[in-house]
Amino acid sequence: MAGKKLKTAYDFTWRDLEVGNILTEAGNASLRRTGDWRSERPILDKAKCNKCGLCWLYCPDAAIKVLEDGYYEPDLYYCKGCGICAKVCPREAITMIEEEEK
Amino acid sequence: MSKRIGLEASHAVAEAVKMADADVIAAYPITPQTHIPERLAEMVANGELNASYLPVESEHSALSACLGSVSVGARTFTTTAGQGLELMHEVVYVASSMRFPVVMAICNRALSAPLSVWADHSDVMAVRDTGWIQVFCENNQEAFDLTLWAFRVAEDPRVLFPAMVHLDGFSLSHVIEPVILPEQSEVDRFLPKFQYPFALNPDKPVTHGAFGPPDIYSEAKVAQEVAFRRSKEMILQGWKEFGDIFGRYYSPVERYKVEGAKTLLLTVGSLSETAKIVIDERRAKGESVGLVRLRLWRPFPFEEFRQAVKDTEVLIVFDRCISHGTVAPVFCEVRSALYDEEKKPNVVGITGGLGGRDVSVNDFGYVIDRGVEIAEKGSQRMLETVGIRGEMVGIRG
Repeated sequence: MAGKKLKTAYDFTWRDLEVGNILTEAGNASLRRTGDWRSERPILDKAKCNKCGLCWLYCPDAAIKVLEDGYYEPDLYYCKGCGICAKVCPREAITMIEEEEK
Repeated sequence: MSKRIGLEASHAVAEAVKMADADVIAAYPITPQTHIPERLAEMVANGELNASYLPVESEHSALSACLGSVSVGARTFTTTAGQGLELMHEVVYVASSMRFPVVMAICNRALSAPLSVWADHSDVMAVRDTGWIQVFCENNQEAFDLTLWAFRVAEDPRVLFPAMVHLDGFSLSHVIEPVILPEQSEVDRFLPKFQYPFALNPDKPVTHGAFGPPDIYSEAKVAQEVAFRRSKEMILQGWKEFGDIFGRYYSPVERYKVEGAKTLLLTVGSLSETAKIVIDERRAKGESVGLVRLRLWRPFPFEEFRQAVKDTEVLIVFDRCISHGTVAPVFCEVRSALYDEEKKPNVVGITGGLGGRDVSVNDFGYVIDRGVEIAEKGSQRMLETVGIRGEMVGIRG
């Protein structure tokens, strides 16, 4: 993503929009910080995790990262806090906590 | 050599789609449009037309499939009527705002209830604001010509808006008349290959249909509206080139015996042919009446319309639709179009021909006489009608 900057609506007048509002720049969703939509956040207990990868597979936003040691970790820049990872985890290693909580 | 043959209007539409060499047809059969998809399915099945025919499970799916097909650059056709157009409704807006030039023939049908399969314009009026180019056909030749023309205009890279070709259900769609079918080489000269500039392509990925939050939606709609109004230039150019190749010249507003007419009748659709008979009779008696017919309904041809009616004293607008709680739609539109003019006719609205009710030559005679009477007395009610049993309640509009 180096060098790319997310344009906002205010960078466009009606004249600047492509025909049919087509986005010609592919992959710009990765520039958008969707993590600030979140009201709950997933917390991983590594002691319970057996690296099965179901959370990574089920995450609808591809917001689970694979770490070098083989564990999985939610990327809070993108994670919207839907809680699917916590629901599918067979070891109950992921719990959702309120954003306000530490 | 072109050939002149007897052809049902529905089959004339199918013939135009074949000669346009459409790539994809996705349609759901519904009365009175059935003969169009039937004929096209037959053409695909017997190899006359090399296209994909998608027998979808509903009209909503039909138009949705068409959007997908245009998005990869395929020349695409669908067709429906009345309730089918209603079931399509949300996708109708999507097609125009995503700038997907689908061509759709609509055999105009009254909306339920009571259940009716017969012609009126309530289905058209429910989609008048959807941003599609819309034309009304008067006869079978126009059904063929305007379908062919619709591909040309809709797919023009300067336009890229979908187009509806309206034919009155049964009273036009099922009528057999002589139609001049052109040579394929003439059609090919008129209609270039469809080259959609934003076709989906893995080598050049783009996003279609992104969402529009409040900080961009207004800009998107204004951009669409400006482009839509500009499409009129290509609409006119398309008709000019159509005339140059095929010898039949079309205009947004057709004028029939309007020279010096003190009274003008305004119609849309196939009833215009009946109205012309009345005009002929009245002219023969020395009465100063003429007919104005709206061929182009969207974008509304303000300039041509004002030009056509500016010198007349009384303009009688005939609607085939009730707009519940207000004045009839075509009447409302043309009266509004004249509001700012310094010199304008007295505009009177009369409604009839609902749900396939015949409007006879005599009925149009009444429409003209009653229209002139209302204009003279200024006694217009909210709902002036013709051919409806029972006295009308005199609500002022």
